[in-house]
Amino acid sequence: MYWPGGSLTKLAYYSTVQHKVARVRSFDHSGKDIDNEPLYEISVQEEITARLHFIKFENTYIETCLDFIKDHLVNTETKVIKATGGGAYKFKDLIEKKLGLKVDKEDVMTCLIKGCNFVLRNIPHEVFAYQKDSDTEFRFQTNHPNIFPYLLVNIGSGVSIVKVESEDKFEWIGGSSIGGGTFWGLGALLTKTKKFDELLQLASKGQHTNVDMLVKDVYGGAYQTLGLSGNLIASSFGKSTTADKEFSKEDMAKSLLHMISNDIGQLACLHAKLHNLDKIYFGGFFIRGHPVTMRTITYSINFFSKGEVQALFLRHEGYLGAIGAFLKGAEQDNPNQYSWGENYAGSSGLMSTSPDVYPMQRTRSGTFDMLEMDRLERPLVNLPLLKDPSTYIPDTVDLTDDAMARKYWLTCFEEALDGVAKRAAASQPDSVDAQERAEKFRQKYWNKLQTLRQQPFAYGTLTVRSLLDTREHCLNEFNFPDPYSKVKQKENGIALKCFQSVIESLDSLGWEERQFALVKGLLAGNVFDWGAKAVSDVLESEPQFGFEEAKSKLQGKGRSLDLDLDGPPHKCALIFADNSGIDIILGVFPFVRELLSRGTEVILACNSGPALNDVTYSESLIVTERIAAMDPVIHSALRDEKLLLVQTGSSSPCLDLSRLDQGLAVLVRERQTDLVVIEGMGRAIHTNYYAVLRCESLKLAVIKNSWLADRLGGKIFSVIFKYEVPCK
Amino acid sequence: MVMALIQESFFLPPLDFSSSQTWKSCRCPACSCWITSFFPWFGLDIGGTLVKLVYFEPKDITAEEEEEEVENLKSIRKYLTSNVAYGSTGIRDVHLELKDLTLCGRKGNLHFIRFPTHDMPAFIQMGSEKHFSSLHTTLCATGGGAYKFEQDFLTMGDLELCKLDELDCLVKGVLYIDSVGFNGHSECYYFENPTDPERCQKLPFNLENPYPLLLVNIGSGVSILAAYSKDNYKRVTGTSLGGGTFFGLCCLLTGCSTFEEALEMASHGDSTKVDKLVRDIYGGDYERFGLPGWAVASSFGNMMSKEKRESVSKEDLARATLITITNNIGSIARMCALNENINRVVFVGNFLRINTISMRLLAYALDYWSKGQLKALFLEHEGYFGAVGALLGLLDSA
Repeated sequence: MYWPGGSLTKLAYYSTVQHKVARVRSFDHSGKDIDNEPLYEISVQEEITARLHFIKFENTYIETCLDFIKDHLVNTETKVIKATGGGAYKFKDLIEKKLGLKVDKEDVMTCLIKGCNFVLRNIPHEVFAYQKDSDTEFRFQTNHPNIFPYLLVNIGSGVSIVKVESEDKFEWIGGSSIGGGTFWGLGALLTKTKKFDELLQLASKGQHTNVDMLVKDVYGGAYQTLGLSGNLIASSFGKSTTADKEFSKEDMAKSLLHMISNDIGQLACLHAKLHNLDKIYFGGFFIRGHPVTMRTITYSINFFSKGEVQALFLRHEGYLGAIGAFLKGAEQDNPNQYSWGENYAGSSGLMSTSPDVYPMQRTRSGTFDMLEMDRLERPLVNLPLLKDPSTYIPDTVDLTDDAMARKYWLTCFEEALDGVAKRAAASQPDSVDAQERAEKFRQKYWNKLQTLRQQPFAYGTLTVRSLLDTREHCLNEFNFPDPYSKVKQKENGIALKCFQSVIESLDSLGWEERQFALVKGLLAGNVFDWGAKAVSDVLESEPQFGFEEAKSKLQGKGRSLDLDLDGPPHKCALIFADNSGIDIILGVFPFVRELLSRGTEVILACNSGPALNDVTYSESLIVTERIAAMDPVIHSALRDEKLLLVQTGSSSPCLDLSRLDQGLAVLVRERQTDLVVIEGMGRAIHTNYYAVLRCESLKLAVIKNSWLADRLGGKIFSVIFKYEVPCK
Repeated sequence: MVMALIQESFFLPPLDFSSSQTWKSCRCPACSCWITSFFPWFGLDIGGTLVKLVYFEPKDITAEEEEEEVENLKSIRKYLTSNVAYGSTGIRDVHLELKDLTLCGRKGNLHFIRFPTHDMPAFIQMGSEKHFSSLHTTLCATGGGAYKFEQDFLTMGDLELCKLDELDCLVKGVLYIDSVGFNGHSECYYFENPTDPERCQKLPFNLENPYPLLLVNIGSGVSILAAYSKDNYKRVTGTSLGGGTFFGLCCLLTGCSTFEEALEMASHGDSTKVDKLVRDIYGGDYERFGLPGWAVASSFGNMMSKEKRESVSKEDLARATLITITNNIGSIARMCALNENINRVVFVGNFLRINTISMRLLAYALDYWSKGQLKALFLEHEGYFGAVGALLGLLDSA
């Protein structure tokens, strides 16, 4: 749980967090006037969930830290605390005395690797490559479903090179004594500069060519004709072989940095070659968040491997030991059997490398920095229908890459923020501190947005999804579990009343007309999205805005639709639903009903937790039950398990097909799903627009954002209807 | 300065073309200069720090030849062979002299001379002043300096250098010297029982069947070659942490001014005061990874602490620098040997001159970390193989 290393202490602890969740419960309607009653009951309940906390602070605060642990250990059965790293020896007595717990020292490397496996498996965008000279310094990598084998090079005072083959199998395959301690120790001797960070600063200002003997110093001008690069270092410190010349501190520090980085890179490449590996993760205090060393190591790996090996870094590298020590201590309730999600609200994020924000980085990462991981109730897995899980990227636009899009979306989220805070406060009229909490939420999310303006890479690749998810996490943080619960309740009620007439009018149409009307209905329903500002403005100002009005808003009418509903029916369709109310009830359900009538089974997937006005799994259960009561097709399908309701495992307005509820995945496989329908901007445009599936898929949405419409070359309320058949 | 003295002793009259000496001439395949193998026979290796010069002194000169030998040629011969030091920096390694060698049908002695690369301009200047070019022999040179100083040789000395490939020269030189032996002794040797200081001893090694071989040349920087046969060899890699790094860091850390001084200091120092050992961190062996307590965990690691920085001596620092550089070369060499599937590693280069500490450490490290699979070999003529190869280049082509 505890990893004192160097001058920083990292602490990992497990806590249960009490927070509010919104629940819906069907009323018993027997004998009541259902027309004037709300559809279902909404209640806010306390729920206890598990959360992993990782905190990092300077050793000088060790006593404060121990007090903190003590407070959080109340009512636990804990008798032993797991500690690793050099400080585990140093602070053993203090810890035992203060906490009255036995300190169990854990092996450093075992902890490091356990921690590494954990973050590689559980944190999307954990891994990045560093590219100083490109627009985006941090190039985040897609999580590969299989993380093994890999090479971990830990550069602490020395260097350890470890090959990790599976969860429990790893091997020390080599090392070097020339590491961070050499840079620090030798650097201190040469420059009389005591601190590691100051040495790095010196190095970043120096010119190593004054100290190193370069190829061009040996060859003169002729190196070009020999195909050599004259700037290669022939001999590190080769020019300082004289007693009568002074060398600047900066130049010596730079030369030392190159010498050590190149040496480590070379050895790492030699080991990678011997073991036939092409990915090396680097960690240790020499690397930790220091752009200077990430740059030199990356250069060295590229040089020595001729581009065949990739140097990779981890966002939470500094926590690996603490996470590992924690996991060692939690083996009876093995956290590896769960899925975890990074909580954006509670985590500080990766710090910037830009010189402008350097002081802030130091104060923040140097004293207090944290990561929070929420334990998810159910394990998350890949959608079995993904064509290639290892290359699947959920997000359509990488905002870290696209400065213009980034600017637009950040501004967009800023502008919408007041409205969101207002709605949050309004959603809890009976709470005395709702206003105050809403303001705190507003402040927190505003700060996150400002951080992201400065450091778009702080939480991995910045995307519309991560912006939306961060907002949801922040809302939850201040106990606004479901600000749209009442809106959803009301809209579901209204829509249900229209269901039968919509079905009647559809049934009166001829086959071809009906198919067209069904798709149009799907799309019209999708107009009702409180997440889109253009829509929420309309909905706020025109309370009577309805299904027919929405249909008339749609652009691009009369387009021919390619969906092959004419051919043989599909075996089973998986539908990811979007909004509550008209969307699900008048758009999706008639479509579901048509599929069922054709003999296609339907899996209807809704979010596990609330996000905006998206329909949740528990709401979908009630809505479906009510529709079944009105409609025999739905009724018998439910009874015969031809219509199945499942949860996605997500509480995001977007959709990550690589992190879906295991139950859903099992069902998809069992029922031999051969059609996937993804509905809505968040799920089909911001994410999954380019997702390639192994079966037919239909992605549809209404563009409810004029900037995005512009970008895609259309108008607001244009329709996206993307029907894809996998190539044989 | 080496050249100052040479200049005094050289007197070069115009070349007499009526000489009856036989000679051949041909185009050099490498740089297409004209190669002529008149005496004097030199081979030159111009490195980043040192110039290595080998000189073949014919001992079978007939009276007739003696008569006809031009005066300046004679004076070069006399000057080089009767001195052991040239100026303040030029040195003839007398103990390396190869006696009664037969080379291209001539019998003679091979001399080994070195001087710092920064004295190269003076060397060329001297050649120019004394009309060395009139001797009509070709000067074969290898090393980076062959390129760097090519133009100076041409403009200042009226001498066209024949530039020969470093790798070719090195490999050729090693194989040749090993084949002729060291005045009846073995050129190649190894350390038996390298892991046991009590029983460790230098023993001859028979390099008759040399392939495959990893050749590690430690000059200012380090080049690592893999040789599979006489004509099949390649550069595997190199590192900038070499002899120049040891000497350069020693100068900065201790204020010493010569390589010899640096080594002398190192021999009296204790690196464990400077380095952080495995046992300093784990209290003993680190069993999980099979690391012995005595292994260095972090070179200069103790120097992170102010108190320890103040308590170490210059000798300790020199020793630690030597150990750091040597261990690193050993570990890169070991990885290359594994990747190339070669188990004999020959270490050459002037870093090893009078440097028993490094040689024993290399022998030890290779043996220990490979669990006895790899053998470190050394050659008596440490840094001169490139120059020997250059000399052979002169004679081969003629």
